[in-house]
Amino acid sequence: MATIAERLEVFWEEKPGLATFFETVDHKKLGFKYLYTGLIFFVLGGLQSLVLRAQLTSANLELVDPETYNQMFSMHGTTMMFLFAIPVLSGFGNYFVPLMIGARDMAFPRLNAFGYWVFLGAGLFMYSSFLGGSAPNDGWFNYPPLAGLEFSPGLNIDFYSLGLIFLSISTTAGAINFIVTIFKMRAPGMSINRMPIFVWGELAMALATVFALPSLTVALVMLELDRKFGFHFFDTEGGGDPILWQHLFWIFGHPWVYIIVLPAFGIVSTIIPTFSRRRMIGYIYVVLAEMAVALLGFGVWVHHMFSVGIPQISLSFISAASFMITIPSGTQFFAWLATIVAGKPVLKTPMLFVLGFIFLLAIGGFSGVMFASVPFDQQTTDTYFVVAHLHYVVVGGAVFPMFGALYYWLPKMTGKLLNEKMGRLSFWIMFIGFNLAFFPMHISGLLGQPRRVYTYEAGLGWDIWNLISTVGAFMLTFGILLTFVNWWRSVRKGEPAGDDPWGSETLEWATTSPPAEYNFETVPTVRSLQPLWDQPELREGPQSQEEGGYALTGGHETLATSLLDAQPQAVLEMPHESPWPALLTAALAVMFYGFLFDAYALAGLGALGSAGGLIGWFWPRGETQET
Amino acid sequence: MVLAPGGDAGNVSLLETSAPPQTTSRESALPRHVAGPRSTGWWGMVMLICTETMLFSALIASYFYLRYQLGPEWPPDGIEPPTLELPLIMTAILWSSSIPVHFAERAIMKGNQRRLRLGLALGFVLGATFLAMQLGLEYPETLAEFTPTTNAYGSLFYTITGFHGIHVLVGLMFSLWTQVRAWKGAFDAERHVTVQNFTMYWHFVDVVWLFVLSTIYLFPNA
Ligand code: HEM
Repeated sequence: MATIAERLEVFWEEKPGLATFFETVDHKKLGFKYLYTGLIFFVLGGLQSLVLRAQLTSANLELVDPETYNQMFSMHGTTMMFLFAIPVLSGFGNYFVPLMIGARDMAFPRLNAFGYWVFLGAGLFMYSSFLGGSAPNDGWFNYPPLAGLEFSPGLNIDFYSLGLIFLSISTTAGAINFIVTIFKMRAPGMSINRMPIFVWGELAMALATVFALPSLTVALVMLELDRKFGFHFFDTEGGGDPILWQHLFWIFGHPWVYIIVLPAFGIVSTIIPTFSRRRMIGYIYVVLAEMAVALLGFGVWVHHMFSVGIPQISLSFISAASFMITIPSGTQFFAWLATIVAGKPVLKTPMLFVLGFIFLLAIGGFSGVMFASVPFDQQTTDTYFVVAHLHYVVVGGAVFPMFGALYYWLPKMTGKLLNEKMGRLSFWIMFIGFNLAFFPMHISGLLGQPRRVYTYEAGLGWDIWNLISTVGAFMLTFGILLTFVNWWRSVRKGEPAGDDPWGSETLEWATTSPPAEYNFETVPTVRSLQPLWDQPELREGPQSQEEGGYALTGGHETLATSLLDAQPQAVLEMPHESPWPALLTAALAVMFYGFLFDAYALAGLGALGSAGGLIGWFWPRGETQET
Repeated sequence: MVLAPGGDAGNVSLLETSAPPQTTSRESALPRHVAGPRSTGWWGMVMLICTETMLFSALIASYFYLRYQLGPEWPPDGIEPPTLELPLIMTAILWSSSIPVHFAERAIMKGNQRRLRLGLALGFVLGATFLAMQLGLEYPETLAEFTPTTNAYGSLFYTITGFHGIHVLVGLMFSLWTQVRAWKGAFDAERHVTVQNFTMYWHFVDVVWLFVLSTIYLFPNA
């Protein structure tokens, strides 16, 4: 067998060095890049939220002025929703989807690299706004008319809209890549009813992105046309209507919240069976529920707009849709609980985070159902009750699973185990800190404290809750830092993880930790939903060719299989490292800065450069299959 | 002996000294070039079209939303409803461009290079004519009456037709690329995902025009 590995080595090795840093197309390196770039944005967004909390510690503080406060909460929301959550979940997806489905790479490796560089470029673009003190300052959903030229004459809003248009290229490219990879690259025998739930979660996320994101892009383009060229989409003077922005934004925004939690739910459904030592109960229902959530997310958009004034009939319809989404969510919930109760749970750190998640999501779900009733929503809109609910859903629903995933998967990615004791400590500090920070916001919200206001008067009964909340936020931050320290220490002096430290069921554990560049010595034939539990040969090294493994040693190759039942269809020659994705991104950045500063010659130059970049990218080099 | 393909040529000697390839008959029976739904590229294009469809849906939905926010008069501010002759001629030209493109695709599936080149070239000329008419004949005429900054109607008119026009332009560039590749003989009966993807994209741009035509030109006249 060693000879197979030697041959694969020759074709798959990327020479270490600076050039490869920019040129790599390896989904594992890109996954790592997504992960740590996303986490850096998490830290930045977290620092901003600490500024917010510090400012609100007690009444009438003057740590920051109102304008800074506006920029802080706007960039906090925008960073967390766009530059942190999806990129980190895409990072895990990039790294683990190909491994879980037994492929050697994503379907479009260069597009994958491009997606990463554009994400980085768009993030830096938006953050460069701080250099001129003009960060976006109109909240993460940026409503006109406030976001129009008249009330926001600076560049703040242009950074927001152009930055997000730039970013949408990355998100769309990434989503398409996930869909095609999941459709076409699964190992032979992995029919869709044998696909791991995490892969379903990423698929649901990607599909919802493809269908939801354009609505935001259109809104952003319209806004920039209004601002830069005097179009009239959102201003009533010229026959436009600011409510149009709200519709377009929430057609996108509501699915977006689900887009964030869907892969996170997938992580939960991956960790629970492993640590309950039994297969997931109700696999098929969980899968259907994931897809149903992705779908229903679209029907719920108007629930964000109950307080805008929409005719009564449609209000009650949407209200029903909001309630309905609790059915698929509830289904998953009970499947998780049933699996845990029916299994023999082992309380390792990843599992702790999952249990924490279940608890927090229950609270978030409950306050969400309260919103779904129209009169209640009208009372609490724009109070801290909303901030509390939102964070129970996104931090409870996505951040806790992500941290569980770090403890679960980092051993595969780095080859080193994290420290259990420190992991547990980190979990408990995060869990208690989180509840201290966000539970009191329910109360201060019901007492009427408005969101997005930089300070408040003493004596309204809000002081104590805000104080607790600030203490909790710092505690949460400390807990998060502990995990980062744990990660850092594990890389330096952690215990070796071995191929499969947890006794898991899915294919990523069948290869070495960290995996070789070609992932699998032989692409295995899969005969079960839990291949590692049901196919003993996979635990003993690469599946031999007699047992169904595909060595594919003729080049830089992987398999394409059929959509439903994963019958082998073709051997695909994959592209090598390429500088063009990064160069194309640089040209696009020039273009966006050109638009930002009304320097249209510069923008034209960037557009020309981008065309050149595309030609360079697709220039035939005789290595990839000519299509 | 299977030799390494181009990009790895430098490593071939290493391969010869290390190990022979181990290929099972299962592997060697698989094709190395596939097109249509068996290929990844085809699915990539399908997904791109899905997301683009949503883009145009959002634009057209915005058109109707703003139209019904306004009073009974549409177009507003005394603007005349668009004249139909020119747009209908442009429509005929654009839609007819799909025919040669369709036959080009059929031709290469049978390996016919000459017809492939001919069909692509014809489609290109028709598409370019459409764009030239939009920019050279239609816009000068409408701009004399109203501009994108006149009111929301103007913004919608130029943004939606402009978005479509940009898609035609991208399609033309895609066509150029495909034609260059075709002249180099890059396609044959097995390898033609690029041609298929171009064809699909081109048909898509034509189908979108149906909705643009109905919304922008026919609706205000109805
Ligand atoms: C690290 C812990 C976090 C803390 C302490 C925190 C704190 C806060 C606070 C205090 C606000 C309200 C600001 C105001 O309305 O005056 C806020 C808003 C918000 N947060 Fe967080 N947050 C945290 C994490 C997150 C995460 C992980 C996400 C998303 C994935 C997130 C998304 C948002 C959004 C979208 C808003 C609304 C921004 C706006 O009003 O435009 N936060 N956060």
